[in-house]
Amino acid sequence: MHRAADPPPNPWFSWTYLERNGEDVARALEQHVSLTLQAIAIAIVVAVPLGALAHLRPRLAGPVLGTTGVLYTIPSLALFAVLAPYTGIGRVTVLIGLVLYALLVLVRGVLVGLRGVDPAVRDAARGMGYGRARMLWTVELPQALPTVVSAVRLATVTTVALVTVGVVVGFGGLGQLMFRGFRSNYHAEIMTATVLCLVLALVLDLLVALAGRVLTPWSRDARVLSGAAA
Amino acid sequence: MDVLNEALLWLNDPLNWTGPNGVVALAGAHLRVSFLAVLLAAVVALPLGVWLGHRGRGAVLGVLVANTTRALPTLALLTLLAASGLFGNTATVLACAVFAVPPLLSGAVTGLAEVDADVRDAARGVGMSPTRRLWVVELPLAVPQIAAGLRTGAVQVLATVPLAALVGGTSLGSIVVTGFGLQRYGQVVAGGLLVAALCLAVEGLLALAQRAVTPAGLRALARSERPGARARRSPVPVDAAAAAGSNGPRP
Repeated sequence: MHRAADPPPNPWFSWTYLERNGEDVARALEQHVSLTLQAIAIAIVVAVPLGALAHLRPRLAGPVLGTTGVLYTIPSLALFAVLAPYTGIGRVTVLIGLVLYALLVLVRGVLVGLRGVDPAVRDAARGMGYGRARMLWTVELPQALPTVVSAVRLATVTTVALVTVGVVVGFGGLGQLMFRGFRSNYHAEIMTATVLCLVLALVLDLLVALAGRVLTPWSRDARVLSGAAA
Repeated sequence: MDVLNEALLWLNDPLNWTGPNGVVALAGAHLRVSFLAVLLAAVVALPLGVWLGHRGRGAVLGVLVANTTRALPTLALLTLLAASGLFGNTATVLACAVFAVPPLLSGAVTGLAEVDADVRDAARGVGMSPTRRLWVVELPLAVPQIAAGLRTGAVQVLATVPLAALVGGTSLGSIVVTGFGLQRYGQVVAGGLLVAALCLAVEGLLALAQRAVTPAGLRALARSERPGARARRSPVPVDAAAAAGSNGPRP
């Protein structure tokens, strides 16, 4: 009678939850961060050569982009479901899925960036006697960097959100907390995980953007110049 | 291979296709929920996007909204809605609609904002009223972009709906989630294949629909531009310089 009239408080934000379960939350966060970073790192290492190859051999560009488009349409849950029996219930399955999705965004970004290089710049490099490989490495790739960086930002943000789906194979990082909170109807747990997810995406996005600025010091000057011209 | 065999066995069992929890019923529920979500998102996003794009501002806002929702995990929104009392398919429709809004909004905004200023001027010059300009000139020119946004949004919703099975929604995702729960991996793979097949099929159909609604003139333009872009590579800088000199958009 007493309980029915006065249900226990179930706040959306609770500092005591964080204090009491700090270790638990930190473990989930650590899993989330490490999965994201690992996936993005692997994806970058694979995507740059793949994009460059598609750029050097234009005949390959169509199939590469087509395959990435089709793969991107496949829902993450379906991908994890098909992978799980082969790669096991656990970290590897989630990582493969994350790398695949990030790969698709990145290959596209690299290819678009390389194609967007000003033909005049390419002509100038050819005129100075640059070979194909040297031109790619020292002229085209640096020119494509801003596009690549924005692709990496996009991939990072989507990966942070996607990690949570890993909950179906038991490796969802913060998604683990969300799902457990849902199961036990504990609002604070869900909300804490959600907010941490958003903050993590924001922080990583900013870090990648900063890294991009550091990597392309010339683009800052260019912006100043074009601003002055306008 | 063993798991794949189990999946094929599962798919071959007629009992799995019929009945209230059969593939047919679940696929129907999947499509119904997706349709409602896209409809809800379209009702909200399209008028807003058209208005923003027509006024020529809001492009920044569209991008901002799109990027923020991309960071919000679907699972978070689903569990949040489910935990606040909206169980099952209501929560699914609402959550999926939220994720369908950004592509629809940005499609409408960019479609209308990218209508050639000269075309707009010409329409004003021949004496069209603002409303007429919007309906007869700007909207038809924006149709490809709006349709592209609709297609992206719809496919995204179709891909998101299966996740709702985790919080009690019914869709093809239920097969996967139940399979994981029972540790029947053949069923898991079968469900995954079904979900993927549904998404690819709808994506293909929508691509055809997008082609069909694109005005014939724009289609011809796109065809002539695509191969030409490669051939005209080297003289492009000259062209660009000339355009910037006379009436280019950038000073």
